[in-house]
Amino acid sequence: MASRTDLPTGPPDHASTAPRRDDDAGPGLRVAAAVIGVLFAAPLLFLLVRNATDGSYWEATLGTTTLGPLWRSLLLASMVSAATAFVGTAAAWLVVRTDLPGRRVWRILLPLPLVIPSFIGAFALIAAFSPGGLLVRLLAPLGVTTLPEVRGLWGAFAVLTLLTYPYVYLPVAARLSQLPPSYEEAARLLGRSPGQVFRQVVLPQLRPAVLAGTLLVFLYVVSDFGAVQLLRYDTFAREIYVAWKSFDLETGLALSLNLGLLALLVVVLERIAGRGTRDVSAERSERGLVLPLGRWKPAATTAVGALLTLALAAPVAVLTYWAVRGLTSGSRFASAVANDPGALLVPMLNTARVSVLAAVVAVVAVLPIAWLAIRYRSRVGTTANVLVVAGFAVPGIALALALVFWTLRAGPLRGLYQTETALILAYVVHFGAQSLRAAEVAVTSVPTRLGDAARALGAGRTRRLATVELPLMLPGLAAGGGLVLLSTMKELPATLLLAPPGFQTLATRIWADTEGAYLADASIASLLLIALSGTLTWFLVIRRSDAL
Amino acid sequence: MTRRLLLSLVATLVAALALSACSSSEQLVVYSGRGQNLIGPLLEEFAAETGTDIAVRYGDSADLALLLAEEGEQTDADVFLAQNPGAVAFVGDQGLLATLPSDILDQVPGDFRSANDRWVGLSGRQRVLVYNEDLVSQDELPSSVFDLTDEAYRGRVAVAPPNGSFQDFVSAMRISEGEDATQGWLEGLVANDVRTYPNNNSIVEAVGRGEVEMGLVNHYYNVRFLAEDPELPSRNHRFGGGDIGALVISSSISMIEGSDQSDAAQELIRYLLTESSQEYFRDETFEYPLANGVDPVEGLPSLADLEVPDVDIDALGSELEATVELIERSGLQD
Repeated sequence: MASRTDLPTGPPDHASTAPRRDDDAGPGLRVAAAVIGVLFAAPLLFLLVRNATDGSYWEATLGTTTLGPLWRSLLLASMVSAATAFVGTAAAWLVVRTDLPGRRVWRILLPLPLVIPSFIGAFALIAAFSPGGLLVRLLAPLGVTTLPEVRGLWGAFAVLTLLTYPYVYLPVAARLSQLPPSYEEAARLLGRSPGQVFRQVVLPQLRPAVLAGTLLVFLYVVSDFGAVQLLRYDTFAREIYVAWKSFDLETGLALSLNLGLLALLVVVLERIAGRGTRDVSAERSERGLVLPLGRWKPAATTAVGALLTLALAAPVAVLTYWAVRGLTSGSRFASAVANDPGALLVPMLNTARVSVLAAVVAVVAVLPIAWLAIRYRSRVGTTANVLVVAGFAVPGIALALALVFWTLRAGPLRGLYQTETALILAYVVHFGAQSLRAAEVAVTSVPTRLGDAARALGAGRTRRLATVELPLMLPGLAAGGGLVLLSTMKELPATLLLAPPGFQTLATRIWADTEGAYLADASIASLLLIALSGTLTWFLVIRRSDAL
Repeated sequence: MTRRLLLSLVATLVAALALSACSSSEQLVVYSGRGQNLIGPLLEEFAAETGTDIAVRYGDSADLALLLAEEGEQTDADVFLAQNPGAVAFVGDQGLLATLPSDILDQVPGDFRSANDRWVGLSGRQRVLVYNEDLVSQDELPSSVFDLTDEAYRGRVAVAPPNGSFQDFVSAMRISEGEDATQGWLEGLVANDVRTYPNNNSIVEAVGRGEVEMGLVNHYYNVRFLAEDPELPSRNHRFGGGDIGALVISSSISMIEGSDQSDAAQELIRYLLTESSQEYFRDETFEYPLANGVDPVEGLPSLADLEVPDVDIDALGSELEATVELIERSGLQD
């Protein structure tokens, strides 16, 4: 009986992706990776130097009661990681591999919750779902009078899951769009049900992408204080925030370093966990297998619709409500933007420019590292790789101060001080991790034998890269660049401290308006940010990676 | 396509470097912890009237203070505008602020300028109790902030422990009422099931929804909320009779030591203290004017009649770290 034929638990090992030895990598590549690795280590080095010179590391580490907040951080990060791994993977599979109605529109909308800054996103969600909030007022005619408060562990879990699932969704969708349909077709022919095909064939091939995205979620949750602060859940990142804000520099420096070290530990553990992962090279296929949902169609559509309603439509609705309420209040104090709408144009152009540049530079910067780590299992590549990812967890304020520290101290870099170039550098260091894992997945999708064949036919290194390898890697690279793009668009602490004076982005406007309680103006700028990110992701990410 | 991308990338980097090299030292660089909505129009007016080339870095007061400390003598900043006393005191303690001339200092009453002549107050925000008038009746309103630990207020009051203004207020309480009384009050709040929020905005928003009945905030926020939605049931209640709960917290302006633009910097400070600028703070940002005897908006008592508690405002900064420790120890953080 065909259905009894045992399939291998994973796809067959592809001889063509077997890693080579370190020595095979050109010295140029290794030097490049080492230099880039040092750049990414700059924030950690700054924290080490400062803790050694004017900190009191051990006293601050042992003296404060950080065990409770640390435990809460790990608990929250684990919960959100698990939830986003499921939600992000399921959403990606539904829009890429099934005949889900409206999937072209879903594809543009699903990455967008990532661009909503947590300080306004969480604020809007609280206003929507809390007692006396908009939802209760909408439901009042139906007899609903109270809702539970959105706060604490479960509130933070729900809000962060909704705001961070795109970290998993984007790389998984990119991977899915590239998987060769042949294994799945074979499994179907052998009588496996669609569910079995997903579990036994698709999922093992997705594992690197899911793991990569989940790692980003974990590090984001551990290092973010915006949402946990608003939801009143006392985590390690919030301890760090309180220490900096009360000018307790010893504690701020020590705990920031500890967060970086924690990130290093997590990355190393993730690498060990991912070691057994076997990758298959992707064949460029016209179209992946599309599964008809059949009677599951209404349920699947409802699920994706519900996800987007909570993660995107709800905050957008609240922001729209605040914007309209302010603009129609009749008070001349309600909105400064209403009197001068052009004031948002320059921040919008700035946002678009720096985020696109940061995304491109980040992808270019991490590619050599990804190539070394995957192709050659190179020690230089692996070390640089770990440093890049750990940079993501260094708190924004520490990152900004680190860049100031290095530009003011390393002579020739003085020219970079308070320039847009330094700002973009900061974005790349902070968010490079987001493009790195996607880049690694992209590198695994290039069969070495293609490069060998091209070399045998006399193609030089540049030509092989441009005509063979880059086109194959593009979906993965675009997905990674997309994550950097969205994160940069909402970045705040580094932008405020490193940009040239007078330089404004939409995120800095939203923050300033929120601080000054100009809710209508903050909402208008937020809606503009979401629209801009949707447009940019469409043009630069989704169109570039056809099936994504 | 890749080559074109790379080329445009290199071009942008070169352009950015070239631009940065041109940044002239003729520029007056202001680090402003006050948001653009609250000071931008005045700074633009000043630039237009005097022809000064001015560039502003807006940010959080504490972050900007940390940045100034990291930059040290190499900073490009000439002027520091801080939203709360803690930030300016920290920068002053680092030895980074210049002494201001007496003609500037004399324009502001002694309660609202530094004792060592490093900064002057620009505008003031008063600590108040915001309450939901649908849920709290007039005769329930407390006359002193110390009443809030009474049984009558169990579970009805909100505070924002991580907020800078709340911390400044607790510092002031420690200075004027003593360490034990302050600790007793904080622990009394915890025992009375006080509810914690992250900032002023969240408290005013929650009071408006009725999630919590009242909360300790700066007077400014509810005025803003009512400007955007006049239907909201949130109202400000002022504590009277010199109660520490009625503290006025001032924003401040200071000059960076070693600034090569000290003339322009002083000109800017004088401009922000003029009657018309002070009226801007009263009429546009709903704050207390602090200089030149400009009266506050109608319905508010003048500074002289305010019966504000007597607190050495310089000390608020140096007390901040101990205050945060006390707040943590009292169990107020969740």
